[in-house]
Amino acid sequence: MNSESLGTIFLNASLVNNFVLAYFLGICPFLGVSGKMETATKMGWAVMFVMLVSSVCAYGIHAFLVAINAPYLQLISYIVVIASTVQLVEMFIKKLSPALFRSLGIFLPLITTNCAILGVALFQTNKGYGFLESVVYALGAGVGFTLALILIAGLREQLNFAEVPNISKGTALTLFIAGILSLCFMGFAGLGT
Amino acid sequence: MSKDNSQSTQKAATTDEFIKGLWRDNPVFVQVLGMCPVLAVSNTAENALAMGLATAFVLLMSNILVSILRNFIPKQVRIASYILIIATFVTVTDYVIQAISVELHKSLGAFISLIVVNCLILSRAEAFASKNTVWKSILDALGMGVGFTLALFCLGAVREVLGNGSIFGLPIFSEGFQSWIVMILPAGGFFTLAAWLLIINAVQAKKAKT
Repeated sequence: MNSESLGTIFLNASLVNNFVLAYFLGICPFLGVSGKMETATKMGWAVMFVMLVSSVCAYGIHAFLVAINAPYLQLISYIVVIASTVQLVEMFIKKLSPALFRSLGIFLPLITTNCAILGVALFQTNKGYGFLESVVYALGAGVGFTLALILIAGLREQLNFAEVPNISKGTALTLFIAGILSLCFMGFAGLGT
Repeated sequence: MSKDNSQSTQKAATTDEFIKGLWRDNPVFVQVLGMCPVLAVSNTAENALAMGLATAFVLLMSNILVSILRNFIPKQVRIASYILIIATFVTVTDYVIQAISVELHKSLGAFISLIVVNCLILSRAEAFASKNTVWKSILDALGMGVGFTLALFCLGAVREVLGNGSIFGLPIFSEGFQSWIVMILPAGGFFTLAAWLLIINAVQAKKAKT
């Protein structure tokens, strides 16, 4: 259906069309959990894992829904899959590392409403990717999300020591940094399509 | 006398449910919720308005249904049920927009489907509709919906005027106008929203002082 190589798909998803900085998906955790480097990294890993699992499931569901001729159930079944994957990850982390579970706190269940994850599932369907391509696409998107989260967390940690005008504290300042980061990522535009 | 008084306060409370979404609790500028569609589809005034109205519709319908069902949904599965309700209405909206204008559907792209994960809608269902009567929930949804649409339009209009030199596709500057390409690009979305937040913070800081 398309002739993109797997490498191009990965580069496109992670750098050129970075999910956070070019598509504005997953802005909520991007603004919410990016205050500390450590939490940001762990959050990135959790999101990447959920993305991979839900992307694989979404591929199967899409094939099934096309087979039974009910494409209007797409959105509902995707969101149910994502919600259950998040639940699974939550139980998994709780068992494996209670400390990490506590530090992620409320943001773990909130991965369900992370638009980046639903975005990956929808975009791979729209683009007509095959199974392997979907997995690579999800992996690239996850890496891109984690990268953006770590970058902005690093910048915000440093900015804690800077003196900024009172009215620009908080969200406004973070948005300005995000804008500048987004400009930087446009430099990758030459790499892909 | 006292009866009259309580009636007027009740009336004030009802209008307050509507008004609070416009300014004091504006979903975009004050609560900073539902950022993804705000930044992504606000590159022209038309897209922004369409997106705002679609979100407001889903918000209104899901608020009504959640409020009607609030005594029947078990507490443990409430979030899952809310999401299912929202997803149903989003699917409806998606097909309606596709029927009205294929072009608009194309330019909004996957972002209509992504209304499902708009935190604004889920937060209104959880924080308001699940605890209040149908009538109050309708007012709340209308206020929040209009506030959201207004904020989106503010962003979309600024970005289109500066980045394209037009509003609703009509050119407003003479030939020599050099458009700011950056405003149409993703970075422009971040900058415009940050600028609006600065203005609002400044106004509120001034208000607090006096």
